[in-house]
Amino acid sequence: MPPWLAYAASGVSLFAVGMSALVLHGEVMRKILAANVSASGVFLVLVALARRAPKGPPDPVPHALVLTGIVVSVSATALALALVRQLRHGAQLGPSDERRR
Amino acid sequence: MTAENVLPVGVLLSSLVPALIIFLLPEQRHGTRTALNLFAAVTKLVLTAVIGWGVVHHRRYETRVRFLPGADLVLHADPFSLLFVTLSAVLWLATTIYAVGYLEGSPQRSRFFGFFSLCVASTMGIALAGNLLTFFIFYEMLTLSTYPLVVHRGTPESLHAGDVYLAYTMTGAALLFAGTASLYALAGSVEFVAGGSVGPLVAGHRGALMLIFFALVAGLGVKAALFPLHGWLPLAMVAPAPVSALLHAVAVVKAGAFGITRVVYDVYGVRVAEELGVMRPLAFVAAATVVFGSVMALAQRDLKRRLAYSTVSQVSLIVLGVAIVGTVSTIGGVVHLVHQGLMKITLFFAAGNLAEKLHVTRVDQMRGVGRRMPLTMLAFTIGALGMIGVPPIAGFVTKWYLGIGAIEAGASWAIAILAASTALNAAYFLPLLRDAWFEPAETQGGILAEEATLSLVLPTVFTATLSIAAGALAASGVSPLAWAKLIATREYQP
Amino acid sequence: MRGVPWLELTILAPLCGALLGLVLQRAVAVLALVSSLSTAVASAGVAVLVARHGTIRRSVGAWELPLGIQLRADGLAALVLVAFAVVGVFITAYAMVHFEPGSRAARSFFPLWLFAWTGLDALLLSSDVFNLYVTLELTTLTSVGLVATGGDPAALSSALRYLLFAMAGSLLYLLGVALLYGAHGVLDLDLLGAVVTRGPVTWGALALITCGLALKAPLFPLHGWLPAAYASAPVPVSALLSGVVGKCSLYVLVRIWLGVFGVPLGRAPAVLIGVLGAAGVLWASIVACRQQRLKLLVAYSSIAQLGTIFLVFPLMGRAAFAGGAYLVISHACAAAAMFIAAGTIEQVVGHDEIDRLDGLAHRLPLTFVAFALAGVSAMGMPPSGGFVAKWLLVRTAFELHEWWWAAVILIGGLLSAAYVFRVLRGAFVPAPITETIRRSRASDLLALGLALLALALGLAPDLPLALAAQGAPS
Repeated sequence: MPPWLAYAASGVSLFAVGMSALVLHGEVMRKILAANVSASGVFLVLVALARRAPKGPPDPVPHALVLTGIVVSVSATALALALVRQLRHGAQLGPSDERRR
Repeated sequence: MTAENVLPVGVLLSSLVPALIIFLLPEQRHGTRTALNLFAAVTKLVLTAVIGWGVVHHRRYETRVRFLPGADLVLHADPFSLLFVTLSAVLWLATTIYAVGYLEGSPQRSRFFGFFSLCVASTMGIALAGNLLTFFIFYEMLTLSTYPLVVHRGTPESLHAGDVYLAYTMTGAALLFAGTASLYALAGSVEFVAGGSVGPLVAGHRGALMLIFFALVAGLGVKAALFPLHGWLPLAMVAPAPVSALLHAVAVVKAGAFGITRVVYDVYGVRVAEELGVMRPLAFVAAATVVFGSVMALAQRDLKRRLAYSTVSQVSLIVLGVAIVGTVSTIGGVVHLVHQGLMKITLFFAAGNLAEKLHVTRVDQMRGVGRRMPLTMLAFTIGALGMIGVPPIAGFVTKWYLGIGAIEAGASWAIAILAASTALNAAYFLPLLRDAWFEPAETQGGILAEEATLSLVLPTVFTATLSIAAGALAASGVSPLAWAKLIATREYQP
Repeated sequence: MRGVPWLELTILAPLCGALLGLVLQRAVAVLALVSSLSTAVASAGVAVLVARHGTIRRSVGAWELPLGIQLRADGLAALVLVAFAVVGVFITAYAMVHFEPGSRAARSFFPLWLFAWTGLDALLLSSDVFNLYVTLELTTLTSVGLVATGGDPAALSSALRYLLFAMAGSLLYLLGVALLYGAHGVLDLDLLGAVVTRGPVTWGALALITCGLALKAPLFPLHGWLPAAYASAPVPVSALLSGVVGKCSLYVLVRIWLGVFGVPLGRAPAVLIGVLGAAGVLWASIVACRQQRLKLLVAYSSIAQLGTIFLVFPLMGRAAFAGGAYLVISHACAAAAMFIAAGTIEQVVGHDEIDRLDGLAHRLPLTFVAFALAGVSAMGMPPSGGFVAKWLLVRTAFELHEWWWAAVILIGGLLSAAYVFRVLRGAFVPAPITETIRRSRASDLLALGLALLALALGLAPDLPLALAAQGAPS
C-alpha cells in the first residue's frame, strides 16, 4: 500500500472514531472534543491526498483546503466553547430585550 | 387589447374591485358600502348584457393570459358560461338588496360584504373559465371566500359548520386537483371545447381517463352536494339567510353542478363519456341523491334544513339531466340550473323573512303565517309549487323536459325518479302551505299583516316573479329555456 | 450595466454593513437597513443581468480555474438571490421594530444577520464544492449565533445542539469533498460533472455529502435540533431560519446533485431522499396540527414545506425543478410573514396560545389578514406562489406516472389547511368591546407586504419561471 493511502486510511478511522464518539457520548465537552478528533481525521485525509502523485512535489490544493478547514474548525470549536461557558455560568439576563408595546 | 379581450375580465373586476374597497371601508360607512355594492351589481349586469348580445351575434370574447408553461389563464364567454353569469349577476343584485336589509344593525358588515363580493367574483371566474386550470383556480377561490360567510356569526355552531364545510371542500379540492393535474399531464392542455378534447386519448388510456373522471366528479360533487358528499350543506344553514340564499341558489352548489356539466360536455364530450361507461354510474348517483335528498327533507323540522335537503335533491336533477345522454334531457338539466336557482332563492328569501319578522324557524310554527306575511308567503308558495312541478312555474318546464328526455334516451327508469321527486316534494311542501294559508294564526293579541321591510320583500317578490315568468314565457325567445336549447344543440352537433 | 460588479456587490454590501455595525454600534439598525437595501439592489442587478445574458461567471481576483475561485450566477441562483434579498429587507425592517433599539439583542442580531447574508449570497454564487463548504460554514456558524441571541438557557442550549449537528454535517461533507478531489483532481462543479463516473468512490462521496447536508438541511429524521431552535429564538431569527438562511444546505444539496451526481447514479438515491422528504411532510404536518403555540405551529409548517421541496429529487425534471425553486421563494415570503404575524400577536397579548386567540382579529385585523394570505400560500391554494409550485410538482408526478408523490403533496396540503384554519377560525368569534391599543402598524404592514408578495408570485409566475430557466438543466 502506498504510504499516502495508509495515512488516508488512518485519517478515515480517526474520522469514524470521532463521529461515533460525537453521537454516542452524552456530555457536551466530549462531543466537542470528538468533533475536533473527527476534523483532524479529515485533515489527515486531505494532507495524505496531497501526496498521492508518486513523484514530484505535493499538490498544494489540499493543503489550502486543510488550512481553511482548520480555521473553520477552530472557529466552530470556539463558538461551541463560548456557548458552553455561557450555559455553565447561567445566562445572566435582565428584562427581555424585545420591545413591549 | 380590444373590447373582446377586456370584457370578460371586466365582469370579474366589477365585483373584485368593490370587494377590495369594501374591506378597507370603515365599518360605519353603511351608505357608501351599499351604494358601492349596488353600483357594482348594476355594472356587472350591464357588462353581462353587452357580452350576451355579442355572443348571440357570434362575437368571440376571450381574455387569455400567459400563466404557466402549457397552461394559460383563459376567460371565455360561450353560451353556457353566459347562462351562469347572467343567473349570478341577476341574483347577486337581488341578494345584495336583501342582505343590506337583513343585516341592518349587525356587526362586521364590511367583512361580510367584502367576502360576499369576492364570492361573486369567484363565481364569475368559474362561469367564464375557458379551461380546466382556470376553472380550478376560481373554484378554490370560491371555497376560500365562502368560508368566512358561513362562519360569519362566530357562534360555536357556525364555527363547527365551517369546520365541516372545510373538511368536505378541501378534500374535494384535493381530488379535483389530482384529476386536473393528471389530465393536464396526460393531455398537455385541457381547454373547454364543445364536444370535449380528450377523445384521441381514449385509445391508450381508458382506465386512467375513467379514474380521472371519477376524481373530477367527486371533487366537484362535494360542492354540488351529490350523495354522500352533501354532509356540509345542512350544517351550513347556520349562516345568515343571504348566505344560504346565495350559496344554495347561485354560487357554491351551482358551481359544482356547472363544473360537472363542463367536464361531461366540454372536457370529455358526451360521446366519449358514454363510451367510457361513466355516464351510467353518474346518472345512478344523481338519481339516488334526488330521492335521498327529498326523503331527508321530509324528516327535517327546521325550515332551512328542509330547504337545504331539498336543494341536495334538486341540484341532482341537473346532474341527472346531464348524465342521461340526449339533447332533450340536456336541455332539462341545463335549464334547471336557472330554474332551481330562481325558485330556491325565493324560498330562502321567504324563509329569511319569516325568521326575521316572526321568528319562525321550524315547520310547526307556520300556522297562519300567510295572513300575517301575505307577500312573503305568496312568494314561498310559488317557489314551493315550482319545486313540486306545478305549471306554469319554471319547475314544471324542467320536469317536462327531463321526462321527455328520459324517454327519448331510453332511460325510462328516470321517470320513476321524477315521479318520486314530485311526490316527495309535495309531501314536504304542501303541509307547510296548508298550515300557512288555511290555519288560524298563532298570535298573541290582534295582529295586523306585518310584512318584512321593503328591502327584504322586494327581492323575494322579484325572484318569485321571475320563477313564474321563466316557466310561463318558456316558449319565447328570451327565456332560459331558449338559451338552454341553444346550448344543447351546440353540444350535440356532430 | 455590465461594468458594475453586481455579483461581488451582493457579497460585499452585507459584509460592509456587518463590519461597520460591529464598530458603530449605536447606528447598527440603520446601517443594517441601508446595507440590506443595497444588497437588494445588487441582487436585482444580478437578476437583470442573468435575464438578459444567461449564466454569468466571474473569476475573483482574475485568478482563473482550476485554482481560482469563480462566482457563477445562473437563473436559479439569480432568482433565489433576489427573492431572499427582498425577504431579507422586510425581515431587517421588522427586526428594527421588534428589538429594543440599542439593546444587547439588537447589537448582536444585526451584525450576525448581515454576516449570515454575506455567506448566503456567496453560497448562492459559488461554483465549486469547496467554496460551497466555506460559505455554508459561514452561514451555519452565524445562524448558530442568531439562535443564541435569545440569551436565555433554552436558546443557548438549542444553539449548542444545532452547532453540534452542524459540525458533524460539515465534517461528513468535507470528507466527501476530499474523496471527490482525490479521485478527480477538480473542485469546480461543472468540471466535476464532466468527469464523474459510477464507482465506489463516487457512491461514497455522494453518501457522505448527502448525509452531511441532510443533517444541516435538515432532512427527516435528522431534524432533532430544529423545533427547539425555532421555539427559543427571537421571531426575526425564526423568520430568517425558516425562510432564508435555513434553505442553504438544501440549495447546496440540489446544486451538487444537479451539477455533479445527477446523471451517473440513477434514481435510487433520489427516491430515498424523496421518501424521507415525504415522511417529513406528513410527520411535520400532523405535529403542526397538534401544537398549542402559534410559533411552534409555524415552525412545524416550515419543516413540512421543506420536506415538500425534497420531493424535487425523485421528480427531477425541468418542471419539477421550477416547482422546487418556486416553492423555495414562495415559502420564504409566506413563512416570514407568518412568523412576523405570530411575533406581533405575541408582543401585543403576551402569549401565542392558539386556543386563546378568539376574537383577537378585531384588535389585530391586519395581522390576521397577513397570516391568512400567507396561509393560503402555505396551503398551496390559488392564487398564490405556493399553488403554482404545488401544481408544477403534482403535474410532474403524474407525467412520470408516479402518483404517490402527488398524493403526499395533496395530503400535506389538506393537513396544512387543517392547521391554518385552526388559527384563523378564532378570528371570527365576536370580540368583547375592548380598548383599541395604540401601537405601531409597522410590523403588520411588513407581514402584509410579505404575504402579498407570496400572493403576487401566484399571479404572474411566468416571469420568475423564465428567470429560473436560464441555464437550468432539462
